[in-house]
Amino acid sequence: MTDLSVTTPKDWATDQEVRWCPGCGDYSILTAMRMLMPDLGVRREDTVFVSGIGCAARFPYYMNTYGVHGIHGRAPAIATGLALARPDLHIWVVGGDGDMLSIGGNHLIHALRRNVNLKILMFNNMIYGLTKGQYSPTSEVGKVTKSTPMGSIDQPFNPLSLAIGAEATFVARTHDMDREHMMAMFRQAHAHKGAAFVEVLQNCNVFNDGAWETITKKAARDEMLIRLEHGKSIRFGVDNEKGVVVGGDGQARIVEVADVGEAAILVHDEHRDDPALAFMLSRLSSSPFTPTPVGVFRNVQRTEYAEAVSGQLAAAQAKSGPGDLGALLRSGPTWTVE
Amino acid sequence: MQLTGDRFTSVSAQYGNDLATLPEYPAEIRAPAGTLAGVSAFQVQLSDHDITTPGDAPNVLVAMNPAALKASLSVLEAGGTLIVNEDTFDDRNLAKAGYATSPLEDDSLRGYNLYRVPMTRITKEVCAVLGVKPRDADRSKNFFALGLISWMYTRPVQPTIDWISSRFRNNELVCTANTAAFKAGHAFGETAELFDFIYEIKPARLAPGTYTNISGNTALSWGLVAAGQLAKLPLFLGSYPITPASDILHELSKLKQFGVRTFQAEDEIAAAGSAVGAAYGGHIGLTTTSGPGVALKGETIGLAVSLELPMVVIDIQRGGPSTGLPTKTEQADLLMAMYGRHGESPLPIVAAYSSSQCFDAAIEAVRIAVKYRTPVMLLSDGYLANGTEPWKLPDLDSLPDISVSFATEPNHVNEDGVASFWPYLRDENLARPWAVPGTPGLMHRIGGIEKEDGTGNISYDPANHEFMVRMRAERIARIADDIPEVEVEGDLDADVLVIGWGSTWGAIGTACARVRAEGGKVANAHLTHLNPFARNLGEILRSFKTVLVPEMNLGQLSRLIRAEYLVDAQSISKIMGQPFTAAELAEHVRGALA
Repeated sequence: MTDLSVTTPKDWATDQEVRWCPGCGDYSILTAMRMLMPDLGVRREDTVFVSGIGCAARFPYYMNTYGVHGIHGRAPAIATGLALARPDLHIWVVGGDGDMLSIGGNHLIHALRRNVNLKILMFNNMIYGLTKGQYSPTSEVGKVTKSTPMGSIDQPFNPLSLAIGAEATFVARTHDMDREHMMAMFRQAHAHKGAAFVEVLQNCNVFNDGAWETITKKAARDEMLIRLEHGKSIRFGVDNEKGVVVGGDGQARIVEVADVGEAAILVHDEHRDDPALAFMLSRLSSSPFTPTPVGVFRNVQRTEYAEAVSGQLAAAQAKSGPGDLGALLRSGPTWTVE
Repeated sequence: MQLTGDRFTSVSAQYGNDLATLPEYPAEIRAPAGTLAGVSAFQVQLSDHDITTPGDAPNVLVAMNPAALKASLSVLEAGGTLIVNEDTFDDRNLAKAGYATSPLEDDSLRGYNLYRVPMTRITKEVCAVLGVKPRDADRSKNFFALGLISWMYTRPVQPTIDWISSRFRNNELVCTANTAAFKAGHAFGETAELFDFIYEIKPARLAPGTYTNISGNTALSWGLVAAGQLAKLPLFLGSYPITPASDILHELSKLKQFGVRTFQAEDEIAAAGSAVGAAYGGHIGLTTTSGPGVALKGETIGLAVSLELPMVVIDIQRGGPSTGLPTKTEQADLLMAMYGRHGESPLPIVAAYSSSQCFDAAIEAVRIAVKYRTPVMLLSDGYLANGTEPWKLPDLDSLPDISVSFATEPNHVNEDGVASFWPYLRDENLARPWAVPGTPGLMHRIGGIEKEDGTGNISYDPANHEFMVRMRAERIARIADDIPEVEVEGDLDADVLVIGWGSTWGAIGTACARVRAEGGKVANAHLTHLNPFARNLGEILRSFKTVLVPEMNLGQLSRLIRAEYLVDAQSISKIMGQPFTAAELAEHVRGALA
């Protein structure tokens, strides 16, 4: 058995050459994950990465844990089966915006509403990378790609609104330019009992380069990223001069703190059972051109799915004892021929 | 009607008759009563000897209304006994069934022994004195018919009365009405002196043992539970509701005390995906469905072929394509089971041949899956799934041990002398190690991308791909060494061989026995494994001049046989959503002998 105390990020890396394009945002996410792992107090053999198809979905090959590189969109379904069979494991699901929201949208929402103990990381680069540059379900209206030469006419998903609407119990956002923040979000997702959904804003430097730059580059972050912290006023800006308030119409909006007074600024409560607050915050931004909240939007407790499944098995065995095959075969009317 | 049919079957089984049933019901839940589309029928054959089919042309038909008469009269034997509920033959019902004039009045039924029984009226009368409203009483008329038929066939009365009490214990009025109607029907037979005969079918001379009456879906579910115990592994079923497979999901969901995990997934694809995930975790991954669901699962089954993980895909075939005939039977998924995936993706196929044999077929499918680490297709169909027959309970100690071991140790030494684990090193069966998460030192990544032989690392090397494709095929082909040879029944020196698979077993065997009894020479054989074929199949096929292949499709096994053995196998097709009758097949055999 591996000694928990001695692993280093290197122990969590495989010998496989990482094959993402040089400069891809996925590298920094991988580094954050490898650096976090030794701190989580888990063994490599008890950890599984499950993925679908896409650039992000190559992730399992680079982690020295158990791993399944599945099929397009189906990672949450495959991981659900594994989680029900093996509630003892720590299971991470990794995919991109096309994998999770387009072909696999159905599996994502059902894994979230069931609250299966999966840590679901969605790398959102607003483009299809592995198929070489078609628009994705998070691409903005008007996006010109190979499959939308006159611009996309599809209304994009807001991934966090979708996750909250799907009854997710843990919803967070981070980005690939801030390793510390990524590690903090992954750590909290790991600590959450149940399904955790983390959107990672990620740069595809080949097919959608700089798509998030307006909000994630160092010089822009103060003005464009709203850091959500539980129990703290939601403020941002170079001098924290801006804040979020909820108006009489029930809408969250950005204001100058000086205009409304500090007391009017919304205090973040990630544990609030009612998802309305988290949803409102998710609606503050639907593009990289307006200030965008990052951090934990929602973090509430609800019965974890595999635990409920195991609970029913235990209850059935407590009631009628372990299954007796001979008795089962005789459970209907029987007769004997001499 | 299905409930009363079941009841009649059950009491006959307990009485000791051999029997076989054919339930037929519409796809709609509450199809409009009185219309042809709404007819629900139940056919049963009872016998004092061993039988394997629900019979060709029934001797007795009970028609509860004009639509039922119209839908089912054609199956009744010439001169057969026809009992009708005359109260339903009014203008409205006759019009709904499409009769211009009442067949009871226009002499069109003169070829049958027609008995007109006022079932509705008598049922209402006996119920009225008990305080049951006429409308509620109307629902009890099927029990009148059950009582009448129970009398005709000299069935014991008390078990059914006890059953009614138990089944309807939560609704005293319904319980009282049904009991009264049942007794009235029985008394009607006894006192009306309408019938000049009754049928007395003595208990069949079956082999000694304890029996129960079982449907294919129940037998299959129990077979899976048995397989889990024999493999010493927990079962995981990922499933999405679909007719006629849902009963397996229902049955296994009730068996949680056996450690069975059932998961009703969001769709067919997730059902298959969850089974793959559970298999990776060391469970027996199962998914149950029918043809349309298999189509949806195809990509995931391809993944399981590539991952080389044990999994059983259970296809309860129904009429297709598309929604087709959801409640009717067909065998038209064989080529999909064989070839219905992308790329070269062979997998073993096991087919059940009778309702009770679904138990053994389930164990066999699991045995192959865990031993060879492969998805296995298990084929049943609507006829086997819903039909019932007496089943001699097996001696549990005689069932095979099908357990396998998980990998626990590294299996390779690197050039630097460090022990490591290669997930695609193979054992003597060409199966790769099953190393489950939680095992220290064996961390590995597997996926759908082509893998390097041995290490399992991603490989786009051309020669490696061809090697792996051939290896996957060879692994499945070699299973032929591990399955029973085909046995030929009847006249080994005959010119004609009738060969089938799946639910045609009863009809083929009965038809051939009938022809042999007439002095005709014919042999018959039945395949339990469709991929790979048994080692001796080619030799058998080549030793007959004529090979007939009856199938409820347009000739799928016949095509596989022709392709594999260059034998001029002739297809006999029936695609009516109904099984072959022995009479139909006997006629084909006689034709081939002529």
